[in-house]
Amino acid sequence: MRTLSLLCAFLLLCLLPGCNLVVMDPSGDVASQQSDLIVYATILMLIVIIPVILLTLFFAFYYRASNTSASYEPDWDHSISLEIVIWSVPLAIIICLAGLTWVATHRLNPYDDLTRISATQAVDPDVEPLTIQAVAMDWKWMFLYPEQGIATVNEVAVIVDRPVEWHITSTTVMNAFYVPAMAGMIYGMPGMQTELNAVMNAPGTYDGFSANYSGAGFSHMRFDLKAVDEAGFDAWVDRVRAGGEGILDRPMFLDVEQPSIDAPVRYFERVEEGLWDRIVNLCVGEDRLCQNDMMMVDALGGGGLDGLWNRELFAGICAADDPGVILALVKPNPRLRHDETLAAAFRQALLPEARDPREGAN
Amino acid sequence: MASSTDTHSSYAADIHPFWGKLNWNIFPFYEPVIFYTFIVVCILGTAVLAALTYYRLWGYLWREWLTSVDHKKIGIMYVILGIVMLLRGFADALLMRIQQAMAASGGEGFLNAHHYDQIFTAHGTIMIFFVAMPLVVGLMNYVMPLQIGARDVAFPFLNNFSFWLTASGAILVMISLFVGEFSTTGWLAYPPLSGAEFSPTVGMDYYLWALNIAGIGTTLSGINMIVTVVKMRAPGMTWMKLPVFTWTSLCANVLIVATFPVLSATLALLTADRYLGTNFFVSELGGNPMMYVNLIWIWGHPEVYILILPIFGVYSEIVPTFSGKRLFGYTSMVYATCVIMILSYIVWLHHFFTMGAGASVNSFFGITTMIISIPTGAKLFNWLFTMYKGRIRFTTPMLWTLGFMVTFTIGGMTGVLLAVPPADYVLHNSLFLIAHFHNAIIGGVVFGLFAALVYWFPKAFGFRLVEGWGKVSFWCWLIGFYLAFMPLYVLGLMGVTRRLSQFEDTAYAIYFNVALVGALFVAVGIVAFLIQVGVSIVKREELRDTTGDPWDGRTLEWSTSSPPPYYNFAFTPRVYELDAWDHMKRNGYGRRTEGYMPIHMPRYTATGIVISALLTVMGFALVWHIYWLALISLLASIVYGIAHTFNYDRDYYVPAREVDAVETSRTRQLNGGVTLSAAE
Amino acid sequence: MMTAPSDATASTDFAAAGATGPAAPLQNAAPQIRTGSYQFDVIEEEHHDTGTMLGFWIYLMSDCLIFGVLFAVHAVLGQNYAAGPAPADLFEIEMILISTFALLLSSITYGFAVIAMQRGQKTAMLQWLAITGVFGLAFVGLTLQEFMHLWHLGATPMASAFLSSFYVLVGTHALHVTVGALWLAVLLVQLQMHGITPANTRRVLCLSLFWHFLDLIWIGVFSFVYLAGVLL
Repeated sequence: MRTLSLLCAFLLLCLLPGCNLVVMDPSGDVASQQSDLIVYATILMLIVIIPVILLTLFFAFYYRASNTSASYEPDWDHSISLEIVIWSVPLAIIICLAGLTWVATHRLNPYDDLTRISATQAVDPDVEPLTIQAVAMDWKWMFLYPEQGIATVNEVAVIVDRPVEWHITSTTVMNAFYVPAMAGMIYGMPGMQTELNAVMNAPGTYDGFSANYSGAGFSHMRFDLKAVDEAGFDAWVDRVRAGGEGILDRPMFLDVEQPSIDAPVRYFERVEEGLWDRIVNLCVGEDRLCQNDMMMVDALGGGGLDGLWNRELFAGICAADDPGVILALVKPNPRLRHDETLAAAFRQALLPEARDPREGAN
Repeated sequence: MASSTDTHSSYAADIHPFWGKLNWNIFPFYEPVIFYTFIVVCILGTAVLAALTYYRLWGYLWREWLTSVDHKKIGIMYVILGIVMLLRGFADALLMRIQQAMAASGGEGFLNAHHYDQIFTAHGTIMIFFVAMPLVVGLMNYVMPLQIGARDVAFPFLNNFSFWLTASGAILVMISLFVGEFSTTGWLAYPPLSGAEFSPTVGMDYYLWALNIAGIGTTLSGINMIVTVVKMRAPGMTWMKLPVFTWTSLCANVLIVATFPVLSATLALLTADRYLGTNFFVSELGGNPMMYVNLIWIWGHPEVYILILPIFGVYSEIVPTFSGKRLFGYTSMVYATCVIMILSYIVWLHHFFTMGAGASVNSFFGITTMIISIPTGAKLFNWLFTMYKGRIRFTTPMLWTLGFMVTFTIGGMTGVLLAVPPADYVLHNSLFLIAHFHNAIIGGVVFGLFAALVYWFPKAFGFRLVEGWGKVSFWCWLIGFYLAFMPLYVLGLMGVTRRLSQFEDTAYAIYFNVALVGALFVAVGIVAFLIQVGVSIVKREELRDTTGDPWDGRTLEWSTSSPPPYYNFAFTPRVYELDAWDHMKRNGYGRRTEGYMPIHMPRYTATGIVISALLTVMGFALVWHIYWLALISLLASIVYGIAHTFNYDRDYYVPAREVDAVETSRTRQLNGGVTLSAAE
Repeated sequence: MMTAPSDATASTDFAAAGATGPAAPLQNAAPQIRTGSYQFDVIEEEHHDTGTMLGFWIYLMSDCLIFGVLFAVHAVLGQNYAAGPAPADLFEIEMILISTFALLLSSITYGFAVIAMQRGQKTAMLQWLAITGVFGLAFVGLTLQEFMHLWHLGATPMASAFLSSFYVLVGTHALHVTVGALWLAVLLVQLQMHGITPANTRRVLCLSLFWHFLDLIWIGVFSFVYLAGVLL
């Protein structure tokens, strides 16, 4: 009874005005698959949950001390058949759920390219996903559009039914990029890049925010995500270009990066070449050693004792595409044979992948 | 860099050689909430101190309690610490509920972000480390040695020391309320946010030193309890005759010893990052913040089971007792406990599926998490079939247990849901998650703790608690829980995340207001519990338990008087069956009334409280960077500890005639006559 | 301590008396009185098998976990030199070898001390313990010297993640050895005062466990941090 009334209360709560269960009724295909999964898993578990709750209430009521007509067996404490049931029923459900989990987790892996736009529509192989680079700062979001060459703060637009490949990082602390209507969240972390593939299926303006506490301005670390059609997107891009504050270069980035709470929307019509790499590698500032350069030097055996005093020797190169530059700078390491040095350099040429958290820590 | 927005960090700047970071600006009395709290605490504190002085209780308190190595008194002190801290932790919860209700209704609320962030951090830290842990450890301390027929734990002095280390951590957290500030980084303090760059103030340092000190105490207590179970069981009590509560305590303590060192090491590394400028968890010079998240959850997930396993044991004692039946499926209960203990170690990654691990890694940890629900489900069924064909008495402990069985099942379901990685992507860090773990911890641990407090109270104090107020407390908690957390499930599905102090959408208001009403119900529940204790103390003569066995119990603690004599058992019991006391009662056990022998007991010592006090001073000094004081107090504690080892006279024999006197008064009590306290 | 209930059928007059059972049996329950009676009290003096050694061993395992974390951290961060020096640039393996032998020898001399203790030779025992302490202090001194040398070069714990984890791992071990040496000194005084009593024997054996444990950890540090660092 109590469960039933609880369920009713739950449903009643949802009938209240303004109850918008965006997680259960999203506008993006990835999020709808995730919400379907929640429903399936819940139903699967209710198979055992509801009987347990009902039995608890029934046993408690029926075997009350005052009901002397109920049978009483104080020494009955064991039954092989019952034990088999109580272990195997949960086991069976967990096996189903585990299968569902394995399949769904692989199908909905945020790193993988989308294979469908909606339940009825496959991805057109000719359409490249729209790439958007999201940077979490204290306490606002910056978005870079490498294709369009523009950048925005606290506002982002995507094209309905065109897959979006989000690259996410942070300049300060851990944040999580989350647009509930579109897809689940992924952490953005300093010095690292994570990825999320998703698509919006319906036009509109949606809430996006950081879902991982990041300090004083966290409550206001929100942005609008506009899902528009192709023409609307072009118009939006034009608006950004027209209303832009100028070029987002390194000094400008450092200025935007200063902590601020509830920051207004800002547009930049151009972005300095290679800025994203510097953001991910924590070397927008002139004096900072790029993380990828540092790791490359380390993979070649470190910079030696000189490196302690001459880090600036390696600073600001950001040589992800050209390991030879670094190789020339690191003093030839007598311990490494020539081919080993080359092999190490070659490994590091694949650095962005190697730094992917999927490959394990670091 | 980020600190420029921190309005209260002015005192973090320079460090005085003598006063460290201390100066006159550190008292946060510009916050009205803190100012009034301070006044109330001052008045109450003065009243308590005055009362102690007036009734000349200082000496008694020092001799009989603070320096006691008796596991029963230490257990009671742990429980008192836990309840006091519960009031603080719950006050924080109430403030958060009020703030969110106000902010969601379209205002700013009454707390600024800086203050609100401290409150939710303090709430989480206090509730886990200084409410749930002391209550659970106190319970194990009190009950477990009695259940195995032992006269004390294996290392009585260490037990006292562990308690005072825990208290020391709690004191540091409480000092942070009035002197300086507390951490604003959430209860697990993920770097880089918790690093020196983004949290330059003393709040994080309070957090670190409080947990460093308390964590050592918990580890030592875990070692102590394991050895107690392994070495000090009564003759005949083989492993499969161990009471279930003892089994679950053993498993919980194995988890403590196997995980708290990880916590200590991790926090020590973070401390090194903050104090020495090392690079463990900051990326710039090659550190790795994800490593912290992994390490802290390698401790953090088993911690949940450290709390819930002993409470499963509590239910396993209460259900058979009040159903008048043997526990159904004892063997599978034991194996289920052990399986949970092992599995709890290989699930930690489910706390950060969203950090970007690959699909196979995420699925693996998701599935191991789900597997835990199988033994847990088996446990629930076992309690269910213990009730089956029983004679259930609806006393307060049984009500709490039934409330648990329904509530925890729901919490378990939402937990398994969160273990499905793609579902977690949308629910992680949301209020759905908050609702889930409160559902598991309140519905599981807190309900069980109240059940246990009511159940073992007569054993500890010699009189029962009144039922009426207990039932009021139960119903308020139950209704309050559902009102407070069901709306949070809905809010989670509406995409609202945790730790927000401001909202843009007023559609959330109704849910937050319902949740606030729920929190107020819980507040009434807590007050009702305190009234229950108060009323029972007043009415203690009519509630007196002269039998020592008020519930018709089944395990050995009920064979002693209530409260038990300080040596627990005049004769160590010999065990033949599971549910030893039930077996004794059924087989014509007669209490031996003569032939007493001297009993070997440990002496009380002040070493534990003195060293812990010195370490508290050290922690405070380090928080404020007063290095000379930190060094002096550390050296003093080492010297005091060494001096303690020169005392070889640590135990004594209770003379047979003293045992005789205590036991004779117990005999008179059993024969229905005079009510004499058997203890002391 | 653990007696199997083989004497379960041993009957005594006392158990049969059974008149003052404290609690009333549950209503409706018909308690089954089994045949045969039991001896429910332990009347003979208990033989206390103290759990000190077990407890200390469990403590060592918890300590081992702390080192486990530090080793794991070193495994993650050990190659992150931050464009600074690598092990090959820093470690003087010959010196490390000397300090390793100092520590290994101290374990052997501790073993001799325990043998002497078991033979009841107090003087020999004290001498062996003193030699152990000297070796231990030599080890700590060499570690300190290495740290100072590195610090002097500028390779401080703040310089890179690798150096952070190196200093903390090796430093935690050295701190343990220092504590062990202090404990040894205290024990020497106590042995002088009270001789080879059961309490002192227990303490010597605990310290022995501690000392050998640190040796074991050092072998891990030596091969995992130094050898692997220089050779791999």
